[in-house]
Amino acid sequence: MNAKKRRRLYFAAALVAAGGVLAVAIVYQLGNNVLYFYSPSDIAQKHVEPGVAFRIGGLVEKASVRHGASADVHFVVTDGARSVPVEFAGVLPALFREGQGVVATGALNPTGTFQATEVLAKHDEKYMPPELVAALKRQGRWKEGE
Amino acid sequence: MLGELGQLALCFALGLSLVMAVSGLLGARAGAPNSALNSELARSIASASTMGMMVFVVLAFGVLLTGFVTSDFSIAVVANNSHTLKPMIYKITGVWGNHEGSMLLWVLVLSLYAGAVAAMGRGGPRLTSAALGVQGLLAVAFILFILFTSNPFLRLDPAPFEGAGLNPLLQDPGLAVHPPMLYAGYVGLSASFSYAAAALIVGEAGWARAARPFMLIAWIALTCGIALGSWWAYYELGWGGFWFWDPVENASLMPWLIATALLHSALATEKSGAFRTWTLLLAIGGFSLSLIGTFLVRSGVLSSVHAFASDPTRGFFIMVLIFCAIGGALGLFAWRAPTLQSGATFDTVSRESALLLNNVFLVGACAAVFVGTLYPLGLDAMTGQKISVGPPYYALTFAPIFLALLLLVPFGPQLGWRRGDHKAAFRALLPALGLGGVAAVAVLAIASPRFLTGALAFAVAGWLIGASVLDFFKRKGARASAFAAALAHAGLGVTLMGVAGTTLWRSEALDVVGPGETMTVGPYTLRFDGVAEVKGPNFQATQAQLALMDGSRVVTVLRPEKRVYPAEGQEVADTAIRTTGMRDLYLALGDDRGNGRWTVRAYVSPLAPFIWLGALVMAAGGFLSLWGRLRLKLATASPAIQPAE
Repeated sequence: MNAKKRRRLYFAAALVAAGGVLAVAIVYQLGNNVLYFYSPSDIAQKHVEPGVAFRIGGLVEKASVRHGASADVHFVVTDGARSVPVEFAGVLPALFREGQGVVATGALNPTGTFQATEVLAKHDEKYMPPELVAALKRQGRWKEGE
Repeated sequence: MLGELGQLALCFALGLSLVMAVSGLLGARAGAPNSALNSELARSIASASTMGMMVFVVLAFGVLLTGFVTSDFSIAVVANNSHTLKPMIYKITGVWGNHEGSMLLWVLVLSLYAGAVAAMGRGGPRLTSAALGVQGLLAVAFILFILFTSNPFLRLDPAPFEGAGLNPLLQDPGLAVHPPMLYAGYVGLSASFSYAAAALIVGEAGWARAARPFMLIAWIALTCGIALGSWWAYYELGWGGFWFWDPVENASLMPWLIATALLHSALATEKSGAFRTWTLLLAIGGFSLSLIGTFLVRSGVLSSVHAFASDPTRGFFIMVLIFCAIGGALGLFAWRAPTLQSGATFDTVSRESALLLNNVFLVGACAAVFVGTLYPLGLDAMTGQKISVGPPYYALTFAPIFLALLLLVPFGPQLGWRRGDHKAAFRALLPALGLGGVAAVAVLAIASPRFLTGALAFAVAGWLIGASVLDFFKRKGARASAFAAALAHAGLGVTLMGVAGTTLWRSEALDVVGPGETMTVGPYTLRFDGVAEVKGPNFQATQAQLALMDGSRVVTVLRPEKRVYPAEGQEVADTAIRTTGMRDLYLALGDDRGNGRWTVRAYVSPLAPFIWLGALVMAAGGFLSLWGRLRLKLATASPAIQPAE
């Protein structure tokens, strides 16, 4: 084996090692950093632990939105079968409406209230996030063309 | 009448792109003695049909544009996405503010690049002809896609009196130019793709030099397009962030990473013949990621502001198209690449090695983004489990890879081709290392709170910018294009400072304020002076007045708004931003809390403008390189002007 070939071999080995490290890092970080999407029914079924971050999706229950003393806001997310109270300190998106779809990121606190760090509503009147549509369809709350 | 004209033009364009594909591929054959005439004839037919195709696509696009400008609501797309009261600029940008029109824009850009390939004829007649053949195949596929699943010229009978308007989020000057810019980048990679495929067909090695200007244009456009999109998200979405690792943002970042790798790898191929096959693979990969990005954005599988209401046949069609294009190109690669000459040799320490490392890191970073973006889709398809991958994943995978890449960037330009001297390079870079150290110490001393990551980021930024300045002085007196790399690399440092400043030292406040009350955010004190109703051309706004105070003196008044667009029945927040260049004060108006009290969200983002300034500097570097290339070509094309040296 001459010097050139040996260098190539070292180089290839280094590349494979780097690729391996990258793959392990990606898989490991992916395992720790995915956010699951749950509807209120999923939460009841799967017994989601408090403090575990996830995304919740459903409809904002009619007449459930109320503002707290400071900038916090409270509302209830429902999928027809079950509902979960949500607390959020922030500015609600402009398209946030009672009776309409919403997706929020956050975690449950020990009392079972969803503490949202981010709230997303629909982007326009015709468009709904696909995971929300799927969740509402499961509960029979989705009509095509709605 | 208008709609039919557009439809007809598109059909003609389809026919001509078929001719283009067949004659282009026929013209790529070597001119054997008895078939020479035929090959030459095929080449001229390919060129002519390319120009014809381009003219008809421009015509079709012009027809749709006219439809939007004159509010011809007999065309369904116009009726669904325009409104007579909309300002003219948004009537025009409405052309690509919907699925059908944006696909037509896609094909328009494709045809303009094909026209440029034909007109410039870089790399000789056979290579050009084969490249046009491949561009022709792409044009056929995408025009078919438009005609069968996304026809922008469908009619409404009877025509409505008024249109439905455009999503107000899209009625914004930043977003007016974002899609064409991004498409110029996305689709611009098709030229590199076609040249790479042509090189495999013809077996010619000079394709990297021939495709260089197209790579540069695509890269510049992609850089600007991504920067514009991020800037828009920053001031329009009202969350104060500039990058959300949204799958759609990732869809544009991945081709950028590969295009950047391609620019560097192609340089080595051109200068010393190294990485021949690898460069081909990158050219194929870059455009493949553009296609995947188009699929992600246009098929409606993602929840995003970019997704228009869509139907599944489109997704299926694009998926088939992607499989054909990527599969075909990779098949061609597997079949023909082994016949290409093997690469030149180089030392372990050399410019080539540096470029190779650059490629390893860029492709690694792209892989991390790719997995994060597509894993949720794959999991959903297989198990129905809905998940999303958040920013922490990218902070822990993409960020370290990219930071490591940035650490190595300064060495590249200091090393010679084939054989470099790492000790000399290191000595030459000592002042840059010093600048990095000073930047880190300065950040630790001045900024509060102290962040080690912040010091590291500023050290790397100082190192990058210092090395660029050194490179600049080393090349003093050279052609302007020799400074392109220094400029682009300095831009990276500028953006890095902006990203670090905004992410680490941003302060925010969320308060409910009544008239006369004040709120503080960072070093600023703001007095809320109530709201006023304002009327815009096609919206009604509730405009808050917040006075920026210095003691009892009013420095300036900021006016964040909430706009209601009656035609679309939507509400959109409009932020108010005051920038000093070094720091942004950013206000968004929240909910009406009764009795004249409103929720106001305020951010102070240090160095935020640097994020986009850096991107502009990078793009300027690209321009410099492009300008050097084209000037060089002019100089060699007209030797009579230049006296012999």
